[in-house]
Amino acid sequence: MSSIAVTPAPGPRTPARPRGRATGLRRREALAGYGFLSPWIIGFGVFMAGPMIASFVLSLTDYDVLTSPDYVGWSNYQDLLADPKVRMSLANTLVFAMLQVPLTMMAALGLASLLARVGRRSAGFFRTLFYLPVVTPKVAVGVLFLLLFNGQVGLINSALEWIGIDGPQWTTDASWVKPGLVTMSLWSVGGTVVIYLAALKNVPSELYEAAAIDGASAWQQFRNVTLPMISGALFFTFIVLTIAALQVFDEAYTAFYGSRAAASYSSDAALFYLIYLFQQAFQFLHMGYASAMAWLLFVVIVIITIIQVRVSRRFVYYEGE
Amino acid sequence: MSNRRATLAATAAIALAVSGCGGVGSDDSGDSVTLKTMGFGTGDEIAKVRVKAARKTIAPNQVKTSENAFDAQQFLSAVAAGSAPDLVYMDRQLIGTYATKGNLLPLTDCIADQKIDMDQYRAPAVKEVTLDGKAYGLPEFYSNRVVMINNSALKSAGLDPAAVDTSDWDTLAKVSEKLIKKSGGKLSRIGFDPKLPEFLPLWAKANGVSIISEDGTTANLDDPKLVEALEYAVSLIDEHGGWGKFKSFRDSFDFFGDKNQFATDQLGAFPMEDWYLTVLEDVSPDEEITVLPFTSVAGEPVDFVTGSAWAITADSKHKDEACEFIKTMTDSKTWVKAARAKAEARDSEGKPYVGTYTGNAVADEVIFGELVKPSGNAGLDNGVQVVLKAQESAFALPSSPAGAEFQKAWQDAVNRVLSGDQKPGKALAQAQQEAQKALDKAAEN
Repeated sequence: MSSIAVTPAPGPRTPARPRGRATGLRRREALAGYGFLSPWIIGFGVFMAGPMIASFVLSLTDYDVLTSPDYVGWSNYQDLLADPKVRMSLANTLVFAMLQVPLTMMAALGLASLLARVGRRSAGFFRTLFYLPVVTPKVAVGVLFLLLFNGQVGLINSALEWIGIDGPQWTTDASWVKPGLVTMSLWSVGGTVVIYLAALKNVPSELYEAAAIDGASAWQQFRNVTLPMISGALFFTFIVLTIAALQVFDEAYTAFYGSRAAASYSSDAALFYLIYLFQQAFQFLHMGYASAMAWLLFVVIVIITIIQVRVSRRFVYYEGE
Repeated sequence: MSNRRATLAATAAIALAVSGCGGVGSDDSGDSVTLKTMGFGTGDEIAKVRVKAARKTIAPNQVKTSENAFDAQQFLSAVAAGSAPDLVYMDRQLIGTYATKGNLLPLTDCIADQKIDMDQYRAPAVKEVTLDGKAYGLPEFYSNRVVMINNSALKSAGLDPAAVDTSDWDTLAKVSEKLIKKSGGKLSRIGFDPKLPEFLPLWAKANGVSIISEDGTTANLDDPKLVEALEYAVSLIDEHGGWGKFKSFRDSFDFFGDKNQFATDQLGAFPMEDWYLTVLEDVSPDEEITVLPFTSVAGEPVDFVTGSAWAITADSKHKDEACEFIKTMTDSKTWVKAARAKAEARDSEGKPYVGTYTGNAVADEVIFGELVKPSGNAGLDNGVQVVLKAQESAFALPSSPAGAEFQKAWQDAVNRVLSGDQKPGKALAQAQQEAQKALDKAAEN
């Protein structure tokens, strides 16, 4: 980043200036550059890098906040590997991500495709309408989940009953808890819709015209024109949604662990990794262990992201490449 | 020059910001101090009147209440930031955990200096806040578990309320089965709700076993009698068509409203905390109910009690004032004053006062002897007497160094059984291992 300030811009040769003046100017420019960057650098240092380093140090200790940390070496990491609840919560989280990410992408793409066809006047209205749920607090979504998906009196099962389907016990049957939460997460699909809509609007209409002249059907146009042209946006959301899904917490915590009463009835099916981490940290006061858990999740996310980036090289098209 | 100006401006801005931050929250002025509390809210007369009385005792010192319930995350953040409150108000079951960590002050000196009469508090409540022979909190409130029966539901099933007898498990199962109502494949009435997982300690005691040793250091979750109790209590739920249907239906209850499960006949009977009598008295004063003690298989009444406690943090800089404050808050005279105010407030609303179970035996005697008057609903009035009697056979879980983890271990075990993931024996064996590991680790520290 600093090279922007110190590398001379290519261009016509200018008469050589005295060396001292030029160095002074460069230094001032560099300082100004750092000055502009400083809010981010300070913010990153204080709120990201600092806590990350601190959490790594704490992960090597037995620490409960109330007393001084005791150095325990790698034993927290060894305990992690032996803890069946870590494996279970990680598996729950991966299953949730595998269900939620593709479903969100498909739903968002479907809605964005419809929105792209809507006339200019109503487009703004529908865009707002789809985006509005994104601003709903996730805590409210958690509460809403319990109401809508109640197996006896919930709206979802009432609607299913209307078409002759005996709906499952979404909130209490362990095998339906995750599908229920995934379905509920589609409530806030609006953010992804907006990204896809922008990408769809950027696809040159000439490509469709050419494809139509060549006799391509609607599906072939979508498959061979639309998808490659928006693959950059698809890849971006794939990465971002995957990371978000691996950090799922708010909705599930509110629905199943938020109150003492709810917590006593909590199902293991909703024990996601971050919820278990939170319990270890703030319920059982195992801050060192929770820090080790956080680092394990970080490593898992990095590995998954690297795989996604590697695989994407074969499928993602960037304009200008 | 311009650089120097910018530096000066930045320094001034930082100085202003820092000085501004330093000023906020400094409430102490002169010789008086401000006690900070966490976890206590002043929602009703019982709380307001007592805080007012306690404030008066420590005047000219002040007290600042945080108003929301105890939040471990908030408390830990405050401790880590070096701004721990002077007083914390929490579930008595959590006292042991924080006391073991050295975060709570043993009240030995406080009790001696302030001449606090510990005999005024009910013994099981004191036991809950005592670790290694030292009291770490002053108890308040005494939440009793009794059986509440919906007379109209029983009548419609052709049963007498006396048939709900928790000492005869076979008969209770038959009564529950008879009370269950289904329509169109859906559950429309629960027969007998055993209130799992949270009432497992009650079922255990009813079957003659405690889930933890008297000193709070040894888990007893794999005891065959506990397995038997869990198997039975789960079978009561299974009769309704399984946990999924049962809980979904129960979640739909208007628990605090006038369309509650008694008013709508959605429930036959359940063991429940005494405060629910106040709710029923408030929203369904004409509802006919019967209250019975929960009885053991040996026919003896058993009452599982829980409650809250005041504790002084080890980092408190105003320990004497804090001690004086909690002494007044839990004193019998303060309770009576608060109960009188509550009774007057209820009277002005045209509603009867059905009492407050304070955890202070001296206060209870005055409250229920002088202030509580017949409500006009025989069932509710009888219920009050049943609760008072039940208090004599109450038990509480002892203070434990890993209270939160112990509780999580047995509750998770029950949930695994309810969701069909494990059989009671296997689930409780796993819980025993988890709980004992946590207790041993906490004891090491």
